Amino acid sequence: MSVSTDHKSIQQVDTVTIRFAGDSGDGMQIAGDRFTSVTAQMGNDIATLPDFPAEIRAPAGSLPGVSGFQLHFADHDILTPGDAPNVLVAMNPAALKTNVHDVEAGGAVIVNSDAFTKGNLRKAKYDTDPLSDGSLERYQIFQVPLTTLTVGALQDTELGKKDKERCKNFFALGLMSWMYSRPTQSTIDWISEKFAKRPDLVAANITVFKAGYAFGETTELFTHAYRVKPAKLPEGRYRQITGNLALAYGLVAAAERSGLPLFMSGYPITPASDILHELSKHKNFGVRTLQAEDEIAAVGMALGASFAGNLAVTATSGPGVALKAETIGLAVSVELPLVIVNIQRGGPSTGLPTKTEQSDLLQALFGRNGEAPVPVVAADTPGGCFHAALEAARIAITYRTPVILLSDGYLANGAEPWRIPVPEELPDLTGAVRHATARQEEEPEFLPFARDPDTLARPWAIPGTAGLEHRIGGIEKADETGNISYDPENHHHMTELRKAKVEGVARSIPPLVVDVGPEGGPTPKVLVVGWGSTYGPIKAAVRRCRAEGMAVAQAHLHHLNPMPTNTGDVLASFDRVLVPEMNMGQLRMLLRARYLVDVQGYNRVTGLPFTSIEIANAITREVRAADGLGEPAEPLSTTAPAPVGGMS
Amino acid sequence: MTTTELPQLSRKDFSSDQEVRWCPGCGDYAILATIQGVMPDLGMRREDIVFVSGIGCSSRFPYYMNTYGFHSIHGRAPAIATGISASRSDLKVFVITGDGDGLSIGGNHLIHAMRRNANLTIILFNNQIYGLTKGQYSPTSELGKVTKSTPFGSLDTPFNPVSLALGAEATFVARTMDTERTHLAATIEQAAHHQGTAFVEVYQNCNIFNDGAFDVLKDDPLEQQIRLEHGQPIRFGKDGHRAVVRAPDGGLTIAEVADVGEDAVIVHDIHRPDPSLAFSLSRLAHGPSSPTPMGVFRQVQRAVYGQEVERQIEAEVQRRGPGSLAELLTGKDTWSIA
Repeated sequence: MSVSTDHKSIQQVDTVTIRFAGDSGDGMQIAGDRFTSVTAQMGNDIATLPDFPAEIRAPAGSLPGVSGFQLHFADHDILTPGDAPNVLVAMNPAALKTNVHDVEAGGAVIVNSDAFTKGNLRKAKYDTDPLSDGSLERYQIFQVPLTTLTVGALQDTELGKKDKERCKNFFALGLMSWMYSRPTQSTIDWISEKFAKRPDLVAANITVFKAGYAFGETTELFTHAYRVKPAKLPEGRYRQITGNLALAYGLVAAAERSGLPLFMSGYPITPASDILHELSKHKNFGVRTLQAEDEIAAVGMALGASFAGNLAVTATSGPGVALKAETIGLAVSVELPLVIVNIQRGGPSTGLPTKTEQSDLLQALFGRNGEAPVPVVAADTPGGCFHAALEAARIAITYRTPVILLSDGYLANGAEPWRIPVPEELPDLTGAVRHATARQEEEPEFLPFARDPDTLARPWAIPGTAGLEHRIGGIEKADETGNISYDPENHHHMTELRKAKVEGVARSIPPLVVDVGPEGGPTPKVLVVGWGSTYGPIKAAVRRCRAEGMAVAQAHLHHLNPMPTNTGDVLASFDRVLVPEMNMGQLRMLLRARYLVDVQGYNRVTGLPFTSIEIANAITREVRAADGLGEPAEPLSTTAPAPVGGMS
Repeated sequence: MTTTELPQLSRKDFSSDQEVRWCPGCGDYAILATIQGVMPDLGMRREDIVFVSGIGCSSRFPYYMNTYGFHSIHGRAPAIATGISASRSDLKVFVITGDGDGLSIGGNHLIHAMRRNANLTIILFNNQIYGLTKGQYSPTSELGKVTKSTPFGSLDTPFNPVSLALGAEATFVARTMDTERTHLAATIEQAAHHQGTAFVEVYQNCNIFNDGAFDVLKDDPLEQQIRLEHGQPIRFGKDGHRAVVRAPDGGLTIAEVADVGEDAVIVHDIHRPDPSLAFSLSRLAHGPSSPTPMGVFRQVQRAVYGQEVERQIEAEVQRRGPGSLAELLTGKDTWSIA
C-alpha cells in the first residue's frame, strides 16, 4: 500500500517508541505483536518489551490488570525497547494511569474515550476525569471513541455486542498502521490465518482493522502521518525472533550439529514454558519432549536421557533451578552433559513471575552443596539466545558437564530482527561427542573415569555398548575406575580434577573484547562491564555518553564461569569499573572477589529492563569521579533514575 | 532389544567385581542373588540392561550388577529411569528402591512413573524402616512404631504400597518376599517381561533395625500367606480351608470355605481392566500381621510411554519429512537487506 494520503502530509522520523496498553483481555499483546511483525518486515530495526501481569485476567478495568506492549523501531540499529514512549495507546483509564508517566513530554496519548466512564475512573482510582481536569497538559491527548467506532463498523454483522467490542484492538492497530505508514496486507493475511476456524471473526477483525486505518486518514484529529525509513543493518536475510524462540532453535541446531538426539524435559513455569512448547512441535527433527510431574523430575529425566546418549536439556526459571539443585550436583559428580536453561524472573520465591531480573547469577555459580563447579553462559539479546544455546551445548558435550544457560524474562519475550544463520556455518559439534564405543586394547578393564588429557572429560559410554557396562553414582568415585571411594586423598584429588576441568573451559572461549570507542578519541578511564540482557541498554547508554563527549569503554561477559582468561587484565587497565546489573551486585561481587578490583555497581530491580538514560547517568557520575570531580554522593544502587526525557 | 544369537550367560556374568556391603543377615542378599539368577533367563543382552536406584540400603544394588547402572539421589530413580526409558526403548530399565526412597521422598516420581506407564520394572524393597540413616520410622512402618525419631510411637498411618500402586493405575502390581526364593524369582521374571511399568513390592527383613517385621508370614506361610494365582480361586490355609469372598458391604473378606461354599470363592483375574477388585484384595491386610495376599495383583496392557513417544515422532517424520534446520531457522516471514 502506498504511504501517501490525499490530504495529509507525511513526516519523516528516524525513531519511534509506541506503547499499547489496555486490560489483560483487550488484546494488546496481539496488537503489539502484529505491529512488530509488519515493522520488522519493512526493514526497520526493532526492539520490543511485552509487559503483562501474572494474572491471566485480573478484574477488568483495574490497575493490576493492565497489560502493555512497547515497540521501539528506527531507521538505524537500536539496542533497547525505548526509554520513553513517543506514543501511548491507552484503552481505558487504568492503562492511562499506569503508563502515561513514562511518555515523553509533548508525546501523543491516544485514549479510548468510550472507556472513561465513572465506573472505570473509580476502578483506576481517579478522583477526577484526567481528560478534563488539566492533569495531562504536558501531552498531546487524542480522544478517540474506539469502542463506538468499532461497534459502528460492525453494525451490519451478526456478532453479539461483546464480540464486536472485543475487536477494538484491531481498530487501534489499524489507526497506528496508518499513523506510521505500515502496509496492511500482511496483517489482513495474518488475521485470515489466525481466525481461520471462525470466518465471522476474520471478516469482523479485517473490517475493524481497515476502519481504524481509514479513520486515521479521514479524521481531522490527526494532521499528519509518519514514516520511518528502513534501517541499514548488515547484509543478509532477516526474520523477527524472540529470545525463547531463538533459544529453542539453538538447541535444535546443537542437536543437528552434534548428531545427537535432542531430549528436553520441563515443568510449566513462566517465563520458560515457551521453550517446551516450541520444542514439542519439532518431532520431525526427532526431538523428544516430556512434561514432567515436577521440576526435580524434569532435570532427573534429562540426566537419565544424557546417560542414555542424548543431548539433554531442561528449561525453567529461578524457583525451578532451586528445586533442581541436587540433581545438577549429581550431574557434576557423574560428569554427564546437561544443559539447564534458567529464564530468570524477579525473585525471591515466586517474586515477579512475568517480570525480568538478573538475580540468579550467584545461584547458577554456587547454588549447590559441596564443591560443584558448573560452567555458566549468558545470552545478551533475543537473537543472541540462539548462539548462547549452541555454546552451552558445546561446553556440555565437550567437557561432560552440566552447563547453566542464563536468559531472562526480557530476552525471552522481547523481539528483534535476526539475521538468519546458515546451518553449515554453525559450529560443528560432532567431534565433541566422542562416545566410547569399545574398550581400549591397552586397558584390562573399562575405566569410566579415565580422562581426555586436553579437556579432562571422561568417556561417554552409553547403554547398549557391549563391554563397557559400568556403574556411576553420586558417591565419591575413585579416580579412573569410578568405584566407590572414601579415600581422603582421592576425594581431594577428584575435587581438584572437577575444578580443573571446568576452569579449563576458559581455554576454549574467546577473550573479553573491549570497545574503547571511536578511533582517535580520548582514552577512556571508565569501563562499563555487563552480562546478559543489559547489553542493549548499556551499549545505548555508552553511545549517549560518547555523543556528549565522554570517553567510556564497554565490555560484555558471555561466559560467567569460567570467565575469559584476560578478564583480570582488562579490569585492571581502567581507573574505574562500573557494573550495571538488574540485581543487587552479583557480578560486582564476583569481579571484586576474583580480581581484587574496586568495581562500582548500578543496581536496580524493578522488573523492567534498564533505560539507557539511567545507565548513562551512572556512567556520567563515574566519568566525573575518574576526572577527579568527586565520588558519587550516595551509593549508586539506591539511586532512583532521574525523570526521563525523550530518547533522540 | 534383539533376541537373536544371545550369548549363553549365567548368574556369574551378572555379578560385578564390587564387594557387597550390606549388613550380614540382610534380606537384600537374597534379593540380589535371585535377581542375578533371573537375568540370564530374560533373553536380554547385558549391555541393554540398566539398573537405576535412589538412596538407601537397597539403592546400592546397581553397583553389584554387571550391567549399566546409575546410583542416583534420594527418591529420584523413577524420574531418571523414565528419561532413559523414554529416550531408548531398546533398553531394559530396572528401578531399585525402598520404602523411604520410593514412598516418601520420591513418592511423586513413583506414582507418576506408574501413571505414565513408562517401560520400567520397579522393585521396591520394603523393610518398613529407614536403614541407612539408622532406624527412623518409614512411610510403611506400622502405626505407633517406636524409633529414634518417634520415641513415643509414630502417629501417621502407613502406606500400603500395593494399594498405592493400584491407585496410581500401574499396569503390573505384585508382592513377594525375600525368603520365598522361588516365588521371588518367578514374580520378578514375570514383572521384567511386562510391557509398561511393573511394580513389585518385596518384603525384606532388616535384621538390624526392624528384625522380624515379616515373621508372621514367614513362620506360618500356609495360614498367613494368601498365594494369588491367575484363574484360580483364592484359597489358603491347610487344604485351602479359608478363602477370599465378597463381603456383605461389597468389599472382600476372608471366610471359611465350609461356611460359604466353594462357589462363593473369588476367582483371581489379573487382567481385569478395572483395578477396584485388586484394590479390595490389597486391603485384606493392613500390614504383614494377618493373612496377606502375595503374588501378582494386576497385569493389564496399556500404551507404553516410550513407544508412544516414538510413534508420534515417526508419524511426524512421515507427515512432514525429516526436519530441515535451514527451513526451521528461516520461518515464514523474512526480508533481505542488501
